Amino acid sequence: MSDNSLTTSSSGHRIHHQGHVRSLRWTRWVPFGLLTLGLVSFAFVGSPFTLDLASQVFLASIGSLSLMLLTGFAGQISIGHAGLIAAGAYVVGIMSREWHAPFWLTLPAATISGGVLGTIFGLPSLRLRGLYLAVSTLALHFIVIYAGGEYEAWRGYATGITIDSPKIGEWEISSELAWYFVLLGAAFMTLTICWNLLRSRTGRAWGAIRTRETVAEALGINIARYKLLAFVISSSITAAAGALFAYNRNFVSVEAFSLYLSIQYVAMIIIGGMGSLLGAILGAVFVTLLPYAIEGTVGLLPHAERYVNELSALNYSAFGLVTIAFLLFEPRGLVGIWRRLQAKGMSWPSWNTH
Amino acid sequence: MQLIVNILVLASIYALIACGYVLIYRVSRVMNLAQGELMMLGAYLLLTTGSVFRGNAILAVAAAVVLSTCCGILVYIFLMRKMTGGSVLAAVLATIALGILLRGFMILIWSAQQQYPGQPIALVSTAIILPGGARISTFAAALVAVNALAYGSLFVFLRFGRWGLRMRAAGQNPLLAAQRGIKLHGIYALAWALSTLTGSLAGMLLALDSGLTANMAVLGLKAFPAALVGGLDSLLGTLIGALIVAAAEVLSIQYIDPLLSDVMPFLVLLATLIVRPWGLLGTREELDRV
Repeated sequence: MSDNSLTTSSSGHRIHHQGHVRSLRWTRWVPFGLLTLGLVSFAFVGSPFTLDLASQVFLASIGSLSLMLLTGFAGQISIGHAGLIAAGAYVVGIMSREWHAPFWLTLPAATISGGVLGTIFGLPSLRLRGLYLAVSTLALHFIVIYAGGEYEAWRGYATGITIDSPKIGEWEISSELAWYFVLLGAAFMTLTICWNLLRSRTGRAWGAIRTRETVAEALGINIARYKLLAFVISSSITAAAGALFAYNRNFVSVEAFSLYLSIQYVAMIIIGGMGSLLGAILGAVFVTLLPYAIEGTVGLLPHAERYVNELSALNYSAFGLVTIAFLLFEPRGLVGIWRRLQAKGMSWPSWNTH
Repeated sequence: MQLIVNILVLASIYALIACGYVLIYRVSRVMNLAQGELMMLGAYLLLTTGSVFRGNAILAVAAAVVLSTCCGILVYIFLMRKMTGGSVLAAVLATIALGILLRGFMILIWSAQQQYPGQPIALVSTAIILPGGARISTFAAALVAVNALAYGSLFVFLRFGRWGLRMRAAGQNPLLAAQRGIKLHGIYALAWALSTLTGSLAGMLLALDSGLTANMAVLGLKAFPAALVGGLDSLLGTLIGALIVAAAEVLSIQYIDPLLSDVMPFLVLLATLIVRPWGLLGTREELDRV
């Protein structure tokens, strides 16, 4: 009962891979190169709609990567992710509205404010054993939304705050293509940061805390410090994602940051696969595209217009169902499925490997 | 006087919902983040039973209570049972997913519009004027009474009942309890049934009082601070916690800012986490600071 870990990867698989990786080291770069090529060429064939969709996926990936750090690696639940995104977005909104601050000031400010919020709300709950962070992030969500609503009411922005597109010199980042590359870069940077963190002392400490808190303590790991660090880093990245979101949409409003958004992020990391950065990205892709897939499917039905009002309810149900299905039947998520397929592919044409 | 009545009514709402959190946390250390949706389910079921047993209020309410209790058991059998023995993290994530699933289904079945389950069974809310000039609606009064009844019977059940004793034992040490022949799955299912029962009672009375929309689930989350302030494993503490949270909320609406109503419970919760994280009457076990 006290085991705070989800089963992530079985050691059997790791051993299975190692031999291949060592002998074929250069082949590791082949998929990476193909992916880069694909992403760059997509930018020039995609329509504005698909480019915008891809941008949304990149934004979601930043958020889910940061949540994965916290939940998948440090073993703490946050359901205040939407609150942190809102915080980042509001810092941008307020700074650019009140003082016409440029993005190279608002972006760091948003990141720092995320870190500060993380410290304030993480400090009381992360010093306790158990999943108290879930509770205090719930508080964070309601408090940030209240503050944002108060600001809007006070300044008379009843429908929300409009934000100008960020400018570098004379060049304005506003086209879908520009955003595609900006957000792709941001997502890639987040991935690199997370990856390197996990390979460092910090990442190993998180792993130890997640699997056995008492043992980690006995190994001399300062548990409270590392848990807090995880939340602060995760919050900073999330707030930065919120800032980018605000610029991307040119608009901030409380309605965009409901608890449902937090739940979507939780769904991303479950569906993608706990304890894997690749999983965070796969989950972000899945969860971002699912509503469009549902809308498309419903559109094929006869009398499609009749179901338009039910779409949001359908989305809720589908998210719940898919998430529960993964929790029950494939706790390692999409990554688990991917790894199994990979193992099958490597041993092809012989299927008698395990 | 009106303020005191308001506090008492709100405290009863929170207490009735929050005892669901306590019952489940106490036996399995799982925070049930779908409590708000389970509460709402009770209210929606009343909508259906009301239209089936048109005009017969007692039968409709009884049927809805039975149905929602069954739903609680089904949730345990089909979802949470698979999560017992695993990590608490996964179980809490499962309750989050359950909440969103239930919300989707409920909107699909009953639509998200404002509805009044009292209409088909001819239950209308009227105001009672109490001595002292304060007003209270009949359903709010019923809520206070039901809350008192629920807590009274839970106390008796947990203290003197055979299954209540087993529940306490399972909560204290599941391994030992199982070895002494207590069926843990039965106990956990019972906890889910009871917590859905009390939650849905709160949901039904609230819906009868002021109508029913899909936003009701937020109230379930607002009731969580009451459980935590009082101590997540203490029923008596939850009653006191609900009073504190309700008082803070009603007074801040009255004297500071009406918009604060959604935030106040969580401010109280944060203060508790800082000062006394195990709550007023909770046990300190396992909660030692790290």
